[in-house]
Amino acid sequence: MRLLATLLLCMSFSVAWATEANTPKLDIGKGGECVRDTQWMRKNHMHLLKHQRDETVRKGVRDEQVSLKNCVECHASKSDNSVVAREDSFCAGCHRYEAVKIDCFECHASKRRAALAKKDEQ
Amino acid sequence: MSDINTQRRQFIKTSVGAAAIAIAPGMMLYATAHGKSEGASSKVRWGMLVDTTQCTPDCNDCVTACNKENGLSGGTKATDSQWIRKIEIKDVRTGVAHSLPMMCQHCEHPPCVDVCPTQASFKRADGIVLVDRHLCIGCRYCMMACPYKARSFVHETLEDQNPDVPRGKGTVEACSLCVHRIDKGQIPACAEACKNKAILFGDLNDANSEIYKKVRTVASDQIRADLQLNTGIRYQGL
Ligand code: HEC
Ligand code: HEC
Ligand code: HEC
Repeated sequence: MRLLATLLLCMSFSVAWATEANTPKLDIGKGGECVRDTQWMRKNHMHLLKHQRDETVRKGVRDEQVSLKNCVECHASKSDNSVVAREDSFCAGCHRYEAVKIDCFECHASKRRAALAKKDEQ
Repeated sequence: MSDINTQRRQFIKTSVGAAAIAIAPGMMLYATAHGKSEGASSKVRWGMLVDTTQCTPDCNDCVTACNKENGLSGGTKATDSQWIRKIEIKDVRTGVAHSLPMMCQHCEHPPCVDVCPTQASFKRADGIVLVDRHLCIGCRYCMMACPYKARSFVHETLEDQNPDVPRGKGTVEACSLCVHRIDKGQIPACAEACKNKAILFGDLNDANSEIYKKVRTVASDQIRADLQLNTGIRYQGL
């Protein structure tokens, strides 16, 4: 019982912490619903991505929904179509705050497909 | 590791092969209805038959299409990526000349895979030889091992890549047989672009495919067949 109480206490602390004012305000992009539960994604998106990466590249198993392309399509800002361009861009904003550095967008497009297509026409 | 896999595949093939053939006709190799796919199948061996008699020296359409599809600059300097290139060959005694496209030959026994220290170079179940850029450390052993000079190294930072074809500095890349298109049920961009229909793409294992029938009726060669790599790309009319 005491254990449960401690657990609950800890959890409520972390929730309170997560909503603290100094956490980054992110431009979540299009909105709607994430491919998994938001709280789960916060913790596990990197595992989801790396799993999908190996499935796709090594075995050819493509699942459009959890592909990195799909994250970008939805999470890219509605104002500049990017997930990394600004301080509050979705992937970059949180990673800067958390001091995480990813190299994914050196190769992968960080902009919405529509924005890239437009650029091609110019 | 690849040895074990081949044996295992062979075992599965022989044990369930008969049953599979009975149900296979009409079954799709990919199920894209929900944006999900089954993955590459070892029953398939993707390949190409290039008819050099239909390939003309002044035409570069396959190269242009490849560059556009995969976001390559089109430059031909030593430091530019070229996934497919046109080459001219000539028999010095008879003067007979041929023009043909050269690219990754998607070997059954790829030397690039043998030498790769990180297992970034690998052969997919359906015979496509790829570089897993997530594992590539840019050592370029594979480029030296390849008898076809088919691989390129990305020397400079890239921007605005095609979302379907991520590419980046410090890694080796080559013809992927347009794997992103194949997995959608499309054919490689070069084969689609060839107006002379000189590039026939298909499944070398599928008895109903055009390529299966053609490699069994017309004479075709593998380049550097002496190396016994069993290439997936074959040339007709050399
Ligand atoms: C050096 C280039 C490079 C880097 C860096 C890179 N990737 Fe990739 N990635 C690729 C290539 C090439 C593919 C294969 C694309 C295909 O076949 O469709 C790929 C495919 C994927 C896929 C499956 C296709 C998709 O769109 O979902 C995922 C997921 C993925 N990468 C995740 C990542 C993540 C996460 C990172 C960063 C930790 C990363 N990649 C960094 C080159 C790269
Ligand atoms: C259809 C749109 C959509 C897609 C596709 C999508 N997401 Fe989300 N994602 C959301 C929404 C909406 C939220 C909730 C944001 C909020 O309420 O703060 C969210 C939340 C998240 C969070 C937690 C953010 C936070 O503030 O804690 C992460 C991390 C995340 N997504 C990563 C991803 C990744 C990685 C992918 C690709 C595999 C992806 N998302 C695909 C819409 C999407
Ligand atoms: C709510 C904050 C948040 C958002 C939004 C977010 N990330 Fe992360 N991400 C993290 C944290 C925190 C880590 C590090 C976790 C760790 O090291 O255990 C991380 C790690 C990663 C890693 C693994 C890095 C490594 O070195 O292994 C990848 C890949 C990644 N994120 C991709 C993305 C992508 C792509 C997006 C945008 C679609 C995104 N993340 C959005 C918080 C976030």
